[in-house]
Amino acid sequence: MRSDARSKSLFEESHGAATVTAVQGGQHIAAANLAAQETGVIPGLSLADARALAPTLHIIPADPAADARALAALADWCGRYTPWTAVDLDAGEAGGGGLWLDVSGCAHLLGGEDALLDDLVGRLRGLGYSACAAIADTPGAAWAVARFAGTGRHGTTVVPHGEQERIIAPLPVTGLRLDVAMVEGLSRLGLRRIGDLLALPQAPLVARLGNVVARRLDQALGRAGESLSPRRPVPALDVRLAFVEPISRPEDITRATRRLLEEMEARLETGGRGARRLTLTLYRVDGTHAEIRVGTSRPVRDPGHLSRLFREKLEGLDPGFGVEVMTLSVPAADDLGPVQAELGSGRAARAEGMARLIDRLGNRLGPGRVTRLVAQASHIPERACREVPALAPDPAAPCEALDGAHRPSSPRPLHLLPSPEPIDVLAPVPDHPPVMFRWRRRQYRVARAEGPERIGPEWWHEERLMESGARERLTRDYYRVEDKEGGRYWVYREGFYRPGLAPRWYLHGVFP
Amino acid sequence: MSASPLPRRPDPALLETLRAHIRRLEGQISEDGETAGVWTLGAPEIDDALPWGGLPRAALHEVLGPSGAASGFCAGLLARRTDRGENVLWCRRRHGIYGPGLALFGIEPARLILVRGRRDIDIFWAMEEGLRSRSLAAVLGEVDSLAPTAARRLQLAAETSGVTALLLRPANETAAATPAVTRWQVSPAPGVPRPGRPGMGFPRWCVELARCRSGSAGLPRIHQTSGEARSWLVEWQDGTTRGFAVAADLRHRPAESAAQGVAVRRAV
Repeated sequence: MRSDARSKSLFEESHGAATVTAVQGGQHIAAANLAAQETGVIPGLSLADARALAPTLHIIPADPAADARALAALADWCGRYTPWTAVDLDAGEAGGGGLWLDVSGCAHLLGGEDALLDDLVGRLRGLGYSACAAIADTPGAAWAVARFAGTGRHGTTVVPHGEQERIIAPLPVTGLRLDVAMVEGLSRLGLRRIGDLLALPQAPLVARLGNVVARRLDQALGRAGESLSPRRPVPALDVRLAFVEPISRPEDITRATRRLLEEMEARLETGGRGARRLTLTLYRVDGTHAEIRVGTSRPVRDPGHLSRLFREKLEGLDPGFGVEVMTLSVPAADDLGPVQAELGSGRAARAEGMARLIDRLGNRLGPGRVTRLVAQASHIPERACREVPALAPDPAAPCEALDGAHRPSSPRPLHLLPSPEPIDVLAPVPDHPPVMFRWRRRQYRVARAEGPERIGPEWWHEERLMESGARERLTRDYYRVEDKEGGRYWVYREGFYRPGLAPRWYLHGVFP
Repeated sequence: MSASPLPRRPDPALLETLRAHIRRLEGQISEDGETAGVWTLGAPEIDDALPWGGLPRAALHEVLGPSGAASGFCAGLLARRTDRGENVLWCRRRHGIYGPGLALFGIEPARLILVRGRRDIDIFWAMEEGLRSRSLAAVLGEVDSLAPTAARRLQLAAETSGVTALLLRPANETAAATPAVTRWQVSPAPGVPRPGRPGMGFPRWCVELARCRSGSAGLPRIHQTSGEARSWLVEWQDGTTRGFAVAADLRHRPAESAAQGVAVRRAV
């Protein structure tokens, strides 16, 4: 079953308003609100004609990109009714925007299909849109009925199950989502209503008009399937909570989150799953919504832990004028077997405690700020070690290699600067370690030095080494130096020593 | 231990073994040689100078000094825990802890989680979360300055959970009273080349126990201490044995170590 809502204009219905766009050398009406349409201003009319028909018409330039954005935002807003929403791509006549909502299995949450449509259209009107909506067995029928059934200004229609043929028969053929040329072709043949087409045999229809008309007809009647794509991936697991009165106090929102999480826990447990990512969506009274996402380092369904993760992020949330509906979805889940209620105090409990700590830290500071060190197979100092998010599932044997084959033979600093910093060096013989250097505006007298340790470029990056001088530039001679006070530093000279050429020195790390 | 043996003194390692044996017989000590709730440094001279025979674990400890030396001393302390398979958290503002450099201390990177905060307040928050989680042995935080409230919260959290809090601060920070149980001043010291080996030798630091609130920590006091500031020349050895070793007792040379401290303060 689909519902199809159509919005037309943001303006007061009592006052005529239209948007104009420049096409084929002239200004034409792109969209008009109902009041304007009643005076005869219809999309496609030239601006001059429209002014003649309605002198008080309010004219604004059309902005299709903004329309598309607004429609997409409206599609997200409709997530309060169903997770399956989409923007209608063949919106029919110019200026009308359409939305698809798949409300299968959702209507009972709002007290039936009629109540759902009343709620939807009423709220859209509250937001300043005029909308028509219909629910039918097929998207095609809902599309036609929403636009052409003419059940009044804010008409809502529920097509009873299996009766789409009867309902759409008197509607114009435009309701079959056909383009203008096709509709004109049909009207030349005297076929103006969908019912006219129903009376005809299929084969001559296809032979005469191609299979578009026949396919649209079949789709509207449910004789052929039609697949539409939702705007966002529909999460497998989704729970929803609506409030009689909008809530805005932080403690109420926290409590509601807890309830959603408890409901989700039951759903996850049934399927033997645990959440890896969760999205909490709060729909505000004013039509905006806020999304809060959390991630976990291992599958989780414990509401206590998850609500702590959400609490951190809910702190900074602005409830606006109040929150009406909250939904919680799980876009990513992994298998999680049944868990014993009471964890022991051994190794498993400690690992679980670690995972929870990492979740909390990562969700507040950002996953990239809670890390583990991982070794990499490279002898270039800055590439020998990398930080990976500790949230990541099972970091592949963190830094195991550090104690193995890749452990460097000479000591490495405890602090490595993010990038080597240039230093001014005094060296009696350029090929020797410095006797004095300046780093960060302070002078260091070298008492002892150890080295050099030559670190060359990675030979397997052959193409980079082919550039002239690249091999030399990428070669470094590292020295460990100790100043008079005992501070130890890792410095290097870039490139080979060449007489007459001032060598460049860098400080790369600090030893303990 | 063989770096510079002190004359006419029994082998400290032997003494420590005997002491540990006695304590194990008395049932105060776990199989791996530590009294419950005490974090030993492994250097008997320093452990004996602390009233509890080591650092009380359920407490906040401060380490002041320039980044290189102070974090080296802290890494040595943390290694005592990661060796036993326990996890530690290291919170700081910048990148820069280098995995291969941890190898000197034998810290297994799998045991270490790094946290990077934008401000000091993030560091305090992360430390407190870590202290309350109980799945860690210790939480180390590097901050620029210490707010008294934050320090009190950390001390309380450490007392409640039994997880140790280490706070690393620059040496030039004013030494205001804090609820920390001990305060250490660490400054670098010139290394001594190992006999028969090239190079600069093991890292050495002047370590001063600047403050020790012996009345607190709720642990039995097993040593009588004088209460005055003590300092040692400490070496981190990574040879046949790995750990802290006291190269010299600087008790009678406070002026020199103080001068060194001043010199290093300028370095920061």
